[in-house]
Amino acid sequence: MFLIKCPFCGERDHSEFSYGGEAHLVRPKQPTELSDDQWAEYLFMRKNIKGLQYERWNHLHGCRRWFNMARDTSNDKIHSVYKIGEKPSK
Amino acid sequence: MSNKYRLSSGGEINRSEIVSFKFNGKTLYGYKGDTLASALLANGIHLVGRSFKYHRPRGIFSSGVEEPNALVQIIKDQGKTDPNLRATQIEIYEDLNVISQNCWPSVNFDIGAINNFFSRIIPAGFYYKTFMWPASLWKNVYEYFIRKAAGLGKSPTKKDPDIYDHSYYHCEVLIVGAGPAGLMAAKTAAKSGKKILLVDERSSFGGNLNFSNKDYNKINDQTPFDWIKKTYQDLEKNKNIKILNRTSVAAYHNYNYLIMLQNLTDHLPDKDKKGKIRQRLWKIRARKVILATGAIERPMIFDCNDRPGIMLSSAVRKYVNTYGVKCGENITIFTNNDDAYETAITLHDKGVKIKAIIDIRDNSDGTLPKKCIDLGIKIHWKSTVVYTEGYKKINKIHVMKLSKDNNNVVGNKFKIDCDLLCVSGGYTPAIHLFTQSGGKLEYNEQKHYFFPKKNTLNQISVGSCNGTFGLKNIISEAQEKTNEFLNIDQKEQFNVLEPKGEKFENIWLLPTNKVSGKTKSFVDYQNDSTSNDIKLALREGFKSIEHVKRYTTTGMATDQGKIGNMHALGIVSEITNTKLGELGTTTFRPPYSPITFGALVGRNVGQFFDITRKTPMHDWHEKNNAKFEDVGQWKRAWYYPSNNESMYDAVQRESKAARTKAGILDASTLGKIDIQGSDASEFLNRVYTNAWSKLAIGKCRYGLMLNEDGMVYDDGVTTRLGENHYIMTTTTGGAATVMGKLEDFLQTEWPELKVYLTSVTDHFATVSVCGPYSKKILEKVTQNIDYSDINFPHMSFKDGLIDKIKCRVMRISFTGELSYEINVQANYGQSVWEKCMKAGKDFGITPYGTEAMHLLRAEKGFIIVGQETDGTVTPVDLQMDWIVSKKKYDFIGKRSLYRSDTMREDRKQYVGLLTNDPKEILEEGAQIVAEVKNMPPMDMVGHVTSSYYSPNLNKSIALAVVKNGKKLKGKKLYVPMPNKTIEVTVSDTIFLDKEGKRLNA
Ligand SMILES: [Zn+2]
Repeated sequence: MFLIKCPFCGERDHSEFSYGGEAHLVRPKQPTELSDDQWAEYLFMRKNIKGLQYERWNHLHGCRRWFNMARDTSNDKIHSVYKIGEKPSK
Repeated sequence: MSNKYRLSSGGEINRSEIVSFKFNGKTLYGYKGDTLASALLANGIHLVGRSFKYHRPRGIFSSGVEEPNALVQIIKDQGKTDPNLRATQIEIYEDLNVISQNCWPSVNFDIGAINNFFSRIIPAGFYYKTFMWPASLWKNVYEYFIRKAAGLGKSPTKKDPDIYDHSYYHCEVLIVGAGPAGLMAAKTAAKSGKKILLVDERSSFGGNLNFSNKDYNKINDQTPFDWIKKTYQDLEKNKNIKILNRTSVAAYHNYNYLIMLQNLTDHLPDKDKKGKIRQRLWKIRARKVILATGAIERPMIFDCNDRPGIMLSSAVRKYVNTYGVKCGENITIFTNNDDAYETAITLHDKGVKIKAIIDIRDNSDGTLPKKCIDLGIKIHWKSTVVYTEGYKKINKIHVMKLSKDNNNVVGNKFKIDCDLLCVSGGYTPAIHLFTQSGGKLEYNEQKHYFFPKKNTLNQISVGSCNGTFGLKNIISEAQEKTNEFLNIDQKEQFNVLEPKGEKFENIWLLPTNKVSGKTKSFVDYQNDSTSNDIKLALREGFKSIEHVKRYTTTGMATDQGKIGNMHALGIVSEITNTKLGELGTTTFRPPYSPITFGALVGRNVGQFFDITRKTPMHDWHEKNNAKFEDVGQWKRAWYYPSNNESMYDAVQRESKAARTKAGILDASTLGKIDIQGSDASEFLNRVYTNAWSKLAIGKCRYGLMLNEDGMVYDDGVTTRLGENHYIMTTTTGGAATVMGKLEDFLQTEWPELKVYLTSVTDHFATVSVCGPYSKKILEKVTQNIDYSDINFPHMSFKDGLIDKIKCRVMRISFTGELSYEINVQANYGQSVWEKCMKAGKDFGITPYGTEAMHLLRAEKGFIIVGQETDGTVTPVDLQMDWIVSKKKYDFIGKRSLYRSDTMREDRKQYVGLLTNDPKEILEEGAQIVAEVKNMPPMDMVGHVTSSYYSPNLNKSIALAVVKNGKKLKGKKLYVPMPNKTIEVTVSDTIFLDKEGKRLNA
C-alpha cells in the first residue's frame, strides 16, 4: 500500500489511485502509415522492468487527473511524480 | 472452589472475583485476570488437545501468541462458535464454554491416535505421495478423508451476529509492543509532543519484564512491576499518546501501512458483550515505526519433546508470577542458558520443588546458576534429555551425558521422576513484522539468531526483537535509538539491577542413544513435523528451505512456526553443511496471528456489501411488483409479473404490448456524459468510428466506440444540443469506464483539445415510451413540442415542458418502434413516469423491463455490447461496416481494423439463427458446430449470444457469432445439447421490419 503524492492534491493513500501502465508512449500521429509490425509495437509491446520504471497513474477517487510516476518495481520506492507532458527529474 | 495448583498468594489475578467456566462440558473455576491456560493449569489440567497428524496428546506449552498446542473452540449460542483460539490468549469470563479440538470422541480417548502407531507410514510428503491418482478419487474419497482427518476447529454454521468495525489512524510514531523496550521508547518519544500510538497484543503491559524475578531485576530501585505501572501511568497523562491494549499488528506493508486487530469484547461476559463492537480492524499510516516486538523462547528438540507437562521455562515463570499457578509439583528443567535458572529460583522461592536441572553446558558462572547451587538444587551439567515417559502427562525423563563434541551421548542413561519439564533453548528475536516490511536479516553465528540488519522503511527495531538482550541493554538501547530516530534529546539516567548472565550454547537437534529414525523429535508441534521429516525431505532431494518447509509442512500451521522454525533451519543447515546465514529464512506472511473474517469484512456485510444504485422511479417499480436485475451496481426493473405470471409469460406480454400498443421503460441507468467545448465535434470524431462534424444541432446519432485494438468497446446515441455542446449516452455497465477512457485521452494524448467532460448519469431520469401510441401519449404529457414527423423526425431532439418542468425529448429507438425518450431532472423522474402511465392508460401503456427490452432489440438484430461482443469482436465482424468511416483520417481503433488478423475473412461474424421447430428455443451460450460427431471433441465454429421466443413473430429467434458467418446465410449448422442435437439455419440478423417502417408508424 503506497503513499502517493498526487501532483495536484498531495499525499494520498494508494486506494484512491489506479494504475495506467507504461508512461511516455506516444500515440503515432499517422497510424495508417505504419506497418503491422510497427503498429503492434506501439499497441501491444510493453517494458516489464525490474528497477526504475516510468508509469502512468490516475487519481481516480480524487481529482481524477492523470500523472506520471518513476517507481522502482523491485522495492516500490517512488522516486518522483510529475505531470503529463513533463519529463522526470533525473 | 478448589484450584489444586494455585498458590495461596501472589499473582496479578483478582482473587475476590471467582469466574466459572466450562471446559469439555465440565464446570471449572478460575479468577478474574486468568487466561484459560492459567485457569486450566490451576486446576491441574495440561492435556487440552490432540496433535494434527498423529493425534498425540498435547498440553499447554507456552503463555502467549506463540502457543502451538492449546488450540480450543469457544462454543456460543446456537451455531455460533470461534475455532482455533489459543488458550494462552483467551481471558476467562463467566460462562465461557470451551471444547478441545481435533479429537473424537474425547480428548482423553481419541480414536485418531491410532495414527500415532502408524506414524512410520505417514512421513513427510505423505499426502503428496498418496493422494495423486486416479484423479476421480479426489472428489469422493481423498477430499473426504483429508477433510475428516485434518481436524482443526469447526466453522460456525450460522451467520455471525457480531458487529465489527474498521478505523483509520494516522500518527507520527507507532510503537509496536509495550514491553520494557516499547515502554522506554514511548516514554522517550512522549516528551517530543509528536502524535504517538503505542499498541500491545496483551491485556496488560510490560512484556516478559512483568514476571521476572523481583529480587534480581530492578529499575531505579523499583520492582519490575512497579516500574511498569509507574511508566504506564506517566504515559497515560500525555495527550499526544494513544495507547491500545489487546491490539495485535497483523500486517506491516510498504510505506509504513499497518493493519492491526483490536479485541474489544472477547474478554467480557456474554451479557456485557451485547450491542458492542466485538473487534476493530485498524488501518494505520505511520510516519515512523518503532518495533519492540520482543523475543520468543525456544524449545529443545529431543525424542518425545511434545508430551503434556513439557512447557517453556519462561511460561512456567509467568504462570507462577502473574497467575499464582504452579504448573507442577515435581519439576525438572532442561536448558542451555541462564534464563531457566530464574524460573528455578522463582519456583523454589514459592515453595515448589525443583528436582533437577539438566544443562547442556559444562558450567556457568552466572549469578542465577550459582544461586541454584547454593539452594542445593541438583544440576546435571553437560547432559541432555534423551527421552520422556508418560502418555497423557509426562512422568519421567531419561538423561544422558553429552560427549565432548556434543555430537553423541555417552555413559549410562538414568531416569528422573517428574510431573513437569521446563525447557529453555534461548530466545529468538520476533522479527516477523520487520521481515514483512521488507527488512533484511543477518545471522549472528555466535548468538545463533537472525536479527534486523537493513530496513527499507522509516523504522527502527529496539530491544530483544533487535537481538539486544539483558534489561540494562534493552532500556538504554530503546532510549538512545528513539532519541536518534526522532531527532530529540530526552536522556534520563537509569540504575538497572540484573543478574550477571553467561552465554548460552546451542544444539539444534540434540543427540540420542536411539537409532536415527526411531525418534519423534517434534520441530513443529502444530503440524506434527519431526526432525526425521526434515531429514527425509533432504534425502529426497529438496534443498531450498522454502521447499523443505512446504514438503514437511514445517512452519505452515496457524502459528507459522513461531516456536520451532529456527530449529528447522538449524537442522537443515547442519545436515546440508550450509551456513545458516546463507540458507536464509522462510518468509513470514501476514497475518502475524490469525484474524477473524468478521474483522476483515467489517461493516461491509448484507446490504452494505456493495453500493446499490436505484433509479428515481425505483419505488414505483417496487410498488408495481417489478422483479429486479443487477446491472453493475444498478437495480433495474427486469419484468413486471401480474397475477402470478411466470417470467416467460410476463416478458411475452410486455414485448407484445410494446409493439401493438405502447410500452414504457425506465432507461435512467444509461450512462450520460455532458461534452462541451470548442473542439467537442473533433473529439467525437476521434473517439467514435463514424463522422460527427456534420451532425446538425438538434440531431442524434448512434455511435460505436472501439478500443485501440479495434474491438467494440461501447455504443450509444449522442445528441448535439448546441454548436459546442453534446450529450453522450453509454451502456449502463460501461458508463464509468467510458468516462475514464475519454478523460485519459483528453488529458494525456490530446491535451490541446478544448473539451470538458461531466458525468451526468445521476442528474437525469430517462423515461422511454415506445409503440404505435407513443406519440399520442407524449402529446398529452408534454407542452411546447410539435410532434409532426417534419418538425420532429426520427433521430432528433426537442426541448419542452412538462407542466413547469423542463425536459429534453429524443426521438430515438432501441426497439425498432416509434419511440421517444424523455429526460428530466432526476428528482422529477417518478412524477413524469406516473404522468406517462396516466396519459397512456387509455392506450394500454405497459411497463416493460430489461428482459423485454432485450427481446425487442433482438427482433431487430440490434447488438448489446457485452452480450454479442466480448472484446474480440470488431464492427466488421458485426456486419456494421456502415458505421465505420472510411474518410476519417483516424479514430481510436482505426489502424487495428487493417491488421492482418482483423481483416481475416473467416473471423467469427454476427449472424441470426432459426431453428427448424419454431417452438425450439436455443440456449444462450450454446456451442455451434458445422459437423456433428458421435462424441466430443467436435470443432466449435461459434456460440449463441442471444435467444428468445418472439411473440411478435410467433417463432424462436437467436443471434450468434459464427466463423465465416457472413458467407453461411441459408446454410445448416448444429447445436449439440446433452440430450439432443438441434439443427439451425443461418439467417439475417434482422428478424422484424427490415425496412424500418415501424419507426414512423
Ligand atoms: Zn489528485
